[in-house]
Amino acid sequence: MIHNVPVLIPISLIFFAFFTGILGVMRLRYSQLVAVLASALAFSLAVWGTFHVLNNGELSYSFGNWPQPVGIEFVLDSLSAFMLLVITGTGLILLLFPTKPGFKIEEKRGVPLYAIVLLLMGGLCGIALAGDLFNLYVFLEITSLSTYALVSIGSGKAGMSSFRYLIMASIGGSFYLLGVGFIYFSTGTLNMADVMNLLPELYSSPAVIGGAVFIVTGVCLKMALFPLHTWLPDAHSYAPPVVAAFLAAVQIEASAYIIIRMLLNVFTPEFMARLLPLTDIIGWAAAAGIIIGSVMAIAQTDFKRMLAYSTVGQIAYVGLGIGLANPLGITGALLHIMAHALMKSCLFLIAGGVAHKTGITDINDYRGLGRRMPWTMAAFTVSALAMIGIPPTAGFFSKWYLLLGSLDAGNWAFLAVILASTLLNAVYFFRLIEKVFAPAEPSDASARHPGELSPRLLAPVLVFAVLVLVVGFISVLIVNNLLSPVVQGL
Amino acid sequence: MVIIVAELSFHYSYIMIVVLLVIGLYGMLGKRNLVKKVIGLNIFQTAIFLFFIKGALKDGATVPVIDPETGIEAAAYFNPLPHVMILTAIVVSVAITGVAMALLLNIYRSYDSLEEDVIMQRMGK
Repeated sequence: MIHNVPVLIPISLIFFAFFTGILGVMRLRYSQLVAVLASALAFSLAVWGTFHVLNNGELSYSFGNWPQPVGIEFVLDSLSAFMLLVITGTGLILLLFPTKPGFKIEEKRGVPLYAIVLLLMGGLCGIALAGDLFNLYVFLEITSLSTYALVSIGSGKAGMSSFRYLIMASIGGSFYLLGVGFIYFSTGTLNMADVMNLLPELYSSPAVIGGAVFIVTGVCLKMALFPLHTWLPDAHSYAPPVVAAFLAAVQIEASAYIIIRMLLNVFTPEFMARLLPLTDIIGWAAAAGIIIGSVMAIAQTDFKRMLAYSTVGQIAYVGLGIGLANPLGITGALLHIMAHALMKSCLFLIAGGVAHKTGITDINDYRGLGRRMPWTMAAFTVSALAMIGIPPTAGFFSKWYLLLGSLDAGNWAFLAVILASTLLNAVYFFRLIEKVFAPAEPSDASARHPGELSPRLLAPVLVFAVLVLVVGFISVLIVNNLLSPVVQGL
Repeated sequence: MVIIVAELSFHYSYIMIVVLLVIGLYGMLGKRNLVKKVIGLNIFQTAIFLFFIKGALKDGATVPVIDPETGIEAAAYFNPLPHVMILTAIVVSVAITGVAMALLLNIYRSYDSLEEDVIMQRMGK
C-alpha cells in the first residue's frame, strides 16, 4: 500500500474532480463537500508518505511496472513530500472557505467549479512528484489550464487579464518543452535521475546549455520572476479571493519548486551555479524584483492589488535563495515557500471576507475595522507581521536563513536587499495596521457594517494565522528533518 | 564556406523551425488583435512540435513497426518516443486554444471587440 502513495495523491484528486464536476452542475454545496473530502484524503496520504520518507527514505512508483529509465516514474523524496504538504494542506484549508465570498459565485448556480480546483491541486501534486521531464510539462500545463479558467471567473477585467496570463504562461510552457527537447536529443532520456547521470559528460555541449537556458527561462515566466512578472498583478487582483490565494500560495511556488528541482536533481549545482551563471542571473533578477515589488505595493490603494504586487516581491525571495545556491539559501527559499503560502492565503481570505461582509476593497476604508472585527484583524496582524518578518512568525525564520545564506556566500548586496525590503514591507503593512487599530473615526463603509465575520468565514482565516505562528515555532524541526536531506548535495 | 553551406542544406529544417518560432513570438507579442495572438501561439507551438519530429528522423530508417526484413536493429527505425510526446503536447495545445477561444468569446461579449486598443479604451471608462 505504502508504495502506491506517490501515485494515489494526484490520482485521488483527479478522480474526485470527475465526481465534483458532475455534482457541481447539480448543487455546488455538495460538490464543495466532496472536494474538501478529496483534499483531506490527499493531505492525509501526503502526511503518511512524509512520515514514511522521514523514517525509511524515498519512495518511487513505476507506472505499469516498467523499470527505470524506460518507464514513467513518480518519486516521493523529502523535497516532494515538503511540497505536497504545502500544496494539499493549504488547498484543504482554502477549500473550506464558503463558495459565495470565496469565488463570487452563487451557491445555487450549477457550475463544475470545484472540479477545476481539484484539477489544479492534482496538477500541482503531479509537478511535485513527477520523476521525468515530459510528465512535469504535462502537469505544468494541467495546472496552468485550470488557473486560466479560475481567473476568468473573477469580476470585470478578469477575462482580459486571464487571456494575457494565458499568452505569457503558454510562452513559458513552450520554452520549457523546447528545453526538454534539447535535453532529450542530447541524452536520449527523460528520466530526471538518468539525465543527471548522463549530463556531466555533455556539459560543454551547446545543446545542453541551450536546453538549460530555455527550461529556466520558461519556468521563470510561469513563476513571475522580475522582469517577467508583468502578467501577475492583473491576474491575481481580478481573480476571486480564493483563486488569488491558490495562485499566490501554491501555483507560482510550484514553478519555484521546479527550478530548485532542476538545480538539485536534473542539472547539478556545479553546472547551473558555476559553469553557467544561471543561478546568479536568477538571484540578481530576484533582488531587483524584491525591491520593485515592494515599492509598487506601497503605491497601491486597493488591498488585493497591493497583495498581488507584494507577491511579486515575496516570490523573488524564493528566487534570491535559489540565486545563492548554497544550503542555507535553498533552505531559506523552501521555508519561504511554506511561509508565504500560509500568510498570503490568510491575507487574501481576509480581503475576500471583508469585501463580502462590508464591500470594502480600498485600503483607506480599513480605518477603524480593528474594533469591529477584532478576530479577523488579529489574524491580519499576525500575517502582516509575518510578511514583514518579525519573530516568532514563519516569515522571520525563512528570511533569517536567507540572511545567513547571503552571509555564507559573502554576498553583501543580497544582504542589503533583504534588509531594505524588510523596511519597505514594514512601510506598507504598518501603514495598514495603524489604520486598522488607530482610534480614529471609522470610515463610512466600515461604520455601516459593524460586527465580526461569520464563523464559516473566520475559521479558515484563524487556522492560517495560527499555522503562521506554529510553523514559526517548529521551523527548526522542519529544517532538520525534511529540508536538510534536500540540500545535502549542495 | 562550402562546409557551412553543406551544413545548412542538411539542417535547413531547423532554420525553418526558428523562423516559425520567431513568427509565432511576433504574433503573440507584436499583434494587437487577440485572435492573431492565439494564431501566433499556435504557430509557436507547432514549430516546437516540428522540432521534436525532426529530431526523431534518421537517414535511411523506416517507420517504427518491426519488419522481419529490416530486422530488430534500432538504427533502422525512426525514434517513436518524440512522436508520442508530441501527440500529448498537441492535446495540450488544443486544450489551450480551446480555453483561449472561450475567453475570447467572453471578452467579445463584454467589450464588443477583439482589438486590444479598443478593449483597453472601453475598460478605462
